[in-house]
Amino acid sequence: MFVELNHLLNSDLDKLKQEELTLICDIKTDGSFLVHHFLSFYLRAGCKVCFVALVQSFSHYNIVAQKLGVNLTTAKERGQLVFLEGLKSSVNVLLADGQKSEQKNPLQFLSDTSCDLKVLYDFVRNSLALSSTNTWKCPVLLVDDVSVLLSLGVNTIHLLDFLHYCRATICSQLEGNMVVLVHSSDDSEDEENELLVNYLCHHSNLILQVEGLATGFCKEVHGQLRITWKGSCRQKGEKDVVKDYQYRIHDKTVTFFARGTSAAVL
Amino acid sequence: MFAAGGSMASSSFRRKVGGGLAVIPGTRASVHNGQLLVSTGASSLDSVIGGGLAVGTLLLIEEDKYNMYSNLLLKYFIAEGVVSGHDLFVASAEEDPSSILQELPAPLLDDFHKNNLDKEEKTTGDLQKSMKIAWRYQNLPKLEVTPAARSRFGHHYDLSKAMSSEMLQAVRCHTFFLPTECGSAICCSMGHAYTLLLQSIHRVIQQEGFDGSCPQKKHKNILRIVLQSLGSVLWGDDICCSDHPQYIHSLTRFLHALRGLLRMSLSACVISLPAHLIQNKAILSRVRNLSDTVVGLESFIGSARETNALYKDYHGLFHVYQCPRLNSLLCDVSGTKDLAFKLQRKQFTIEIVIHVELQGVLRNCLHLPPDLSDRASRSSKQDLSECSKVLNAGCAAMTAGRTHLDF
Repeated sequence: MFVELNHLLNSDLDKLKQEELTLICDIKTDGSFLVHHFLSFYLRAGCKVCFVALVQSFSHYNIVAQKLGVNLTTAKERGQLVFLEGLKSSVNVLLADGQKSEQKNPLQFLSDTSCDLKVLYDFVRNSLALSSTNTWKCPVLLVDDVSVLLSLGVNTIHLLDFLHYCRATICSQLEGNMVVLVHSSDDSEDEENELLVNYLCHHSNLILQVEGLATGFCKEVHGQLRITWKGSCRQKGEKDVVKDYQYRIHDKTVTFFARGTSAAVL
Repeated sequence: MFAAGGSMASSSFRRKVGGGLAVIPGTRASVHNGQLLVSTGASSLDSVIGGGLAVGTLLLIEEDKYNMYSNLLLKYFIAEGVVSGHDLFVASAEEDPSSILQELPAPLLDDFHKNNLDKEEKTTGDLQKSMKIAWRYQNLPKLEVTPAARSRFGHHYDLSKAMSSEMLQAVRCHTFFLPTECGSAICCSMGHAYTLLLQSIHRVIQQEGFDGSCPQKKHKNILRIVLQSLGSVLWGDDICCSDHPQYIHSLTRFLHALRGLLRMSLSACVISLPAHLIQNKAILSRVRNLSDTVVGLESFIGSARETNALYKDYHGLFHVYQCPRLNSLLCDVSGTKDLAFKLQRKQFTIEIVIHVELQGVLRNCLHLPPDLSDRASRSSKQDLSECSKVLNAGCAAMTAGRTHLDF
């Protein structure tokens, strides 16, 4: 959890916003540091978190989370965190030697021809469903990252359906939050991905767009963050609020500053 | 993933290096994140990608147009594995892996050590003659010269000689040659080759005990996986043939599962990919996102830069597209990204190219008297301005400044 980012986003551990979809969109750089931020933030806030991690192993997330002061292993044992390790599931599905286990693999679509994400959705819903002995605050779904699902061969329509179902269940029904990372680039010619980005941009309440510097590598500035608060459609005439910052990643935290005020310039 | 230090250590004062895993020959712990690294065999490549290739990760090499130089890098990687005593897994659809193994560069082991010894004897001899004041150091033991050669990280190779077959026999090598694995070349359906390859890698990892999850009885070792020209037509893939391939996802699915296998085992993988042939840019960006480290070779053969005076010492440009973030928020990005490679008679090196130009800029800024080399570079000013377009934006700003300062 980066304290500075909490100030920028006006978020507070005690007064959690609910029913929000946050989109992290990275362009030609790696926005995963924001995933780590939200993971540690919601775990500290005492939310029930379902983390669909498709790009890295559990140990990677765990080691980084420890640097940010959160232990994922204990969170898992306490039942606060449900961690889906996509890399492991993918291996298990593709190398399954015909034997079928009773428990369905959430990435079952890799072997089936139907390719829809119903099993994955069921997994998310079951792990976040309200139980009678509920000790945690609102449920949160984290996905790192959605673009990988396209690479794994999921049809765009199926993927949008999945996201819509998740939004309906988590954001509306359970009054929880969703945080989703997606890659984007202007010249990739990846039409499916652009469709996905557009969909998510349209439906999200908060967009964090991370971009590398156009001028290339710099030691002091690692990139630029554009925060967009979407004007809610209920109050008409409300405009989007956009703010730009530059950031530098340190070993355990990230510092944000106004554009042009980095140590390299001043 | 394997961090060399105790990653679960509660105290932050514990030394990160020197965990149980670091005793594997030919590996070392990264100074940045404690990650266990293996050498790629080419020391200049190691330094460019952050000290070496982390165990459990994947290095993607985007091939140059005529595939002259990328195969060299693969051979360096295999040769380094042979010298370090690592196990090998070599897969190809084009040439027989055993023939690739015959053409590995010879390591400069003995010569290196002999030179070291000679130098040391000479210096100690000199000491005895001239520096009597240092008498008390005479009886100290000499520097240890031969820590078993294989445990060193990274070796030097001579491309003009081939590695002896005795060295090759000492290591365990698994090969995967697609035509023989398939039975006949025709039966390979789309994506079937990748499934076979994945199963084969999985089998090796399980049988030889590279699996991190099951305890190994013998001493631990690294598996080096080399996959040549993945995604080419010979692998039964059509991403190189058409704009909208029929099986667009077979390669990316394979890569995702491979990434999973690597993360769970003591292995490091190098893949070469004919990126210039892939028609659909979307596939390339997805493939890059699924790899850890991505580098690209762009040779000058057949391009206008071949005759450019600025690049006369080099054979091509070397791009680092992506660096991995492993067990940390940061990634080790090297400062400059303007790299070029050259192939000499005996070795392949990657160098920073920007310095040639910077010298000229600095001299102009400081109003130093122009010397001979400066005049030479000014005679080819047109070429330079052309080059400024191709170098990246940071450098372009520099050269733009140069035109203002020029007199």
